Amino acid sequence: MAAGAKIQVQRVSKSFTVGRRQAPALADVDLEVAEREFVCLLGPSGCGKSTLLNIVAGFLSPTTGTVLVDGRPVTGPAPERGVVFQEYALFPWLTVTGNVDFGPAMRGRPAAERRESVARYLDLVGLRAHADKFPAQLSGGMKQRVAIARALANNPAIILMDEPFGALDAQTREVLQDELSRIQRVEHKTILFVTHSIREAVYLADRVVVMTSVPGRVKQVFAIKLPEARDRFAPEFTHYEAEITGVLKEEVAKVRE
Amino acid sequence: MAAVLGALALWAVIAHGNALAGVVNPVLLPTPVEVGRVALDLARSGELAQHFVTSLGRVIQGFGLAALAALGLGLLVGICVPLRFMAEPVIEFVRPIPPLAFLPMFLVWFGLGETSKIAFIGYTTFFPMFVAIAASVLRVDVVLLRAAASLGASRADLVRRVVLPASLPGIVVALRVGFGLALFVIVGAEFMGADAGLGHLIMEGRTFFNPAQIVMGALVLGLLGSVFNTLLLTAERRLLRWRAAA
Repeated sequence: MAAGAKIQVQRVSKSFTVGRRQAPALADVDLEVAEREFVCLLGPSGCGKSTLLNIVAGFLSPTTGTVLVDGRPVTGPAPERGVVFQEYALFPWLTVTGNVDFGPAMRGRPAAERRESVARYLDLVGLRAHADKFPAQLSGGMKQRVAIARALANNPAIILMDEPFGALDAQTREVLQDELSRIQRVEHKTILFVTHSIREAVYLADRVVVMTSVPGRVKQVFAIKLPEARDRFAPEFTHYEAEITGVLKEEVAKVRE
Repeated sequence: MAAVLGALALWAVIAHGNALAGVVNPVLLPTPVEVGRVALDLARSGELAQHFVTSLGRVIQGFGLAALAALGLGLLVGICVPLRFMAEPVIEFVRPIPPLAFLPMFLVWFGLGETSKIAFIGYTTFFPMFVAIAASVLRVDVVLLRAAASLGASRADLVRRVVLPASLPGIVVALRVGFGLALFVIVGAEFMGADAGLGHLIMEGRTFFNPAQIVMGALVLGLLGSVFNTLLLTAERRLLRWRAAA
């Protein structure tokens, strides 16, 4: 799989300077994500999973190691890698349409194509009726739908999602998980998704990568062999949940010590 | 509006009451009618318009130049970290100096003509606007910049499409503060050496012992300030529609 992997994280370490000390956040992380694969990064809070996502996005550079996308090293953010943030990061001065259109406009796509893609992705996330509203007029769930449409409308091969549903209430969260799972069955993106919810990871991922507590490394990888449309109450589902919970508990316990 | 009329009525009652009772010399406490008469006389002769236009021209030029400079440099300093480290100590040293302390310097440098007034207003209004604009650029959420960069925005796009709109609320506030300050210092500049302008008119009122003219000059300045403030507030409401949208 090495040659064909869409994203290759190779021996990536990252430390931050805190005062005069170097605080390690990631240590020797190796990870590969295949094309069209949905991978969830799971770990105790502060384990560096968001840092890893920011490195793949090109927002941070690793202290050592490299990230390759299609075999080429990542040197900064690029439209081939769309990002969905926990805090939505919508442009508050643009309408829903303006936000979804931002990427295609930046890349100078023709007007007709832009109109079409805005309409298509607003339909996909069910927000066509709210096209002319400003973000301040939307609920959290609607905002995150706009952010997902905005990322998709730019037609990236990869979508990086940093705890995208972390700020939402439990019901909205499950609704959006359903929608994302449905969208992925249509769009087939390569997705790297950071979460601290085991249930969310098992529901969405092809593979779940469990990370250790600080400094973050890959502890164990679980391939989730469940059908694409998943049932949260199926015995196999709960089995994966229990198994991953056991592994994760060890790491959470380490943080407590 | 009702409050303004109320204040006017209160002034009339006090001034006319004083004229009847003679608590202080009535000349010292002009009534609204007297102030109105002075305004009418000066308006008829065309003098009022001339003074008004002179002051307004100075304010607009000085404030306009300062606003452009503050916007350009504020954006630059807000974006470019090394520049910020260079600019900060200089600004922090110059800023606390009361601007009026430098007024004589401007008269020495630029003489009594238009240039000294325009330069002085520019100097006075530049620093507070510049500092406020740079601060609002610095407050732009890094996540918005990241989102835009990951959507394909170039560096120029980031400034034009993200930094500028995101710091617009701060910029509008800076402009309002700057214009208020411009009105504040134009009077001082025209006191010290001018042959026209509302400040000069007020000073003339003192020289010729005509308190009604002093009050009228002050009221015209107040009117100018509130008209400009209303214009900016209207522009703000239109430009920042998205903020009030909720």
